[in-house]
Amino acid sequence: MTVPSSGASGSGTPVAENAAAVATEILGPGDIARTIDRIAHQILERNGDRPVVLLGIPTRGVYLARRLGERLDTFAAGSEPVGVGSLDITLYRDDLRRRPPRALLETLIPGGGIDDAVVVLVDDVLYSGRTIRAALDALRDHGRPAVVQLAVLVDRGHRQLPIRADYVGKNIPTALGDDVAVRLAETDGRDAVELVRAAPTAGEIR
Amino acid sequence: MPRHLLAAGDLDRPTAEHLLDTAARIEQAIAGREVRKLPTLRGRTVVNLFFEDSTRTRISFELAAKRLSADVINFSAKGSSVSKGESLKDTAWTLQAMGADAVVCRHSSSGAPQQLSAWVDGHVVNAGDGTHEHPTQALLDAYTLRRHLGGLQDRRIVIVGDVLHSRVARSNVLLLRTLGADVTLVAPPTLLPVGVSDWPATVSYDLDRALVGADAVMMLRVQQERMQGAFFPTAREYSRGYGLDGRRRDLLAPNGIVLHPGPMNRGMEITPQVADGANSVIVEQVTNGVTVRMAVLYLLLSGSEGAL
Repeated sequence: MTVPSSGASGSGTPVAENAAAVATEILGPGDIARTIDRIAHQILERNGDRPVVLLGIPTRGVYLARRLGERLDTFAAGSEPVGVGSLDITLYRDDLRRRPPRALLETLIPGGGIDDAVVVLVDDVLYSGRTIRAALDALRDHGRPAVVQLAVLVDRGHRQLPIRADYVGKNIPTALGDDVAVRLAETDGRDAVELVRAAPTAGEIR
Repeated sequence: MPRHLLAAGDLDRPTAEHLLDTAARIEQAIAGREVRKLPTLRGRTVVNLFFEDSTRTRISFELAAKRLSADVINFSAKGSSVSKGESLKDTAWTLQAMGADAVVCRHSSSGAPQQLSAWVDGHVVNAGDGTHEHPTQALLDAYTLRRHLGGLQDRRIVIVGDVLHSRVARSNVLLLRTLGADVTLVAPPTLLPVGVSDWPATVSYDLDRALVGADAVMMLRVQQERMQGAFFPTAREYSRGYGLDGRRRDLLAPNGIVLHPGPMNRGMEITPQVADGANSVIVEQVTNGVTVRMAVLYLLLSGSEGAL
């Protein structure tokens, strides 16, 4: 057995190993910081004084949730600190038969639990929607939130389920073969969102 | 790596550690939840094929499969077609025809699960075969040890008792060694198998000496049902030489722990005071058994190809 890794980025497609593939930077470190600030303000605006719990979906969603939590605590100084946790959805995936087993990652529900709270799921890339479907199933087994919302850094389209995000950092139109790579300082040493276009097929005019 | 879990000796260190890490994640995922069930193996069928009496191991596997939402069929040899003379091969073909995704097999003959794995397409898990191996017991013991000791590298583990008839001892020696522990076997000479000198463990006949400073002691059950010869004069003499009492337990390192695969012969290999004492993790082993078996079933049954 090869011990599985936890995957590279939330785009759902492997980075094309094509020397000709060029990564275009869509968001830089400053853009990501401003985007997180904006989403934090939107969460406060929408939910007011209601207790909010941020649950990041591993791997990068967890770090985004932590950053969001820090900004929320800064902007709403004096309020109760926001609960930040993580929710691994591996055991709830609907493609377990199709893929080799994935390494399980950390699930950490904040001490106060999620019952009757506003839970904001945080992920890096929203794509088919299947990860979020699995997250909703996992959430149901942990308690009964009053409201569940979704915050993503990037929405790349191509939804396969009727799921949408409440807070979107950036909408990036993509083709199916493209790859969206989210890099965060905590895991990759730098902050960036890059788009790698699929290699054009013969005769295709780009 | 094979598609089956037949022996602890087949596991290399990364695989064993990945399995234990997976178990830890599963424990974390269901800790403190009202709904202690995951949908992971919905629609998969696990058959518990037990040719030998076993309640706790069968229930543990059954619970593990059910907590992962698999369908479980219990097949015990008593009162089944086996008692009417059906061979293992015919039983295997029957399971194959019924579409079992995994077969958990316990058999009194060493090697039966391996033989079975050649006849069925599903994944086979050895739940104990003769005096050969009991890999999931070794995994749950390693998991319990790791939780209490932090890691197993260079830890001193003493295994005491009927090593001759014990598949638990063999699996534990192999797995603990793979994970970096130093294992000492302590038993009367009559209860050590031929060739034990080739095992990756130190052999001793002096329990008091072996226990000094050890990180953990694992007591083995004296298997009356497998004894057909006079291996020791009397039960009392065995207890005096190889039983664990409070005095001996105190020889362990500070925070040293006591394990027993169960069921216990209280008063024979372990005194009730020690079995129920502060350093005893015997009840926790049972809980960990379900978690570790969930990890095994998850890794074997997710994906079209086995992962172990």
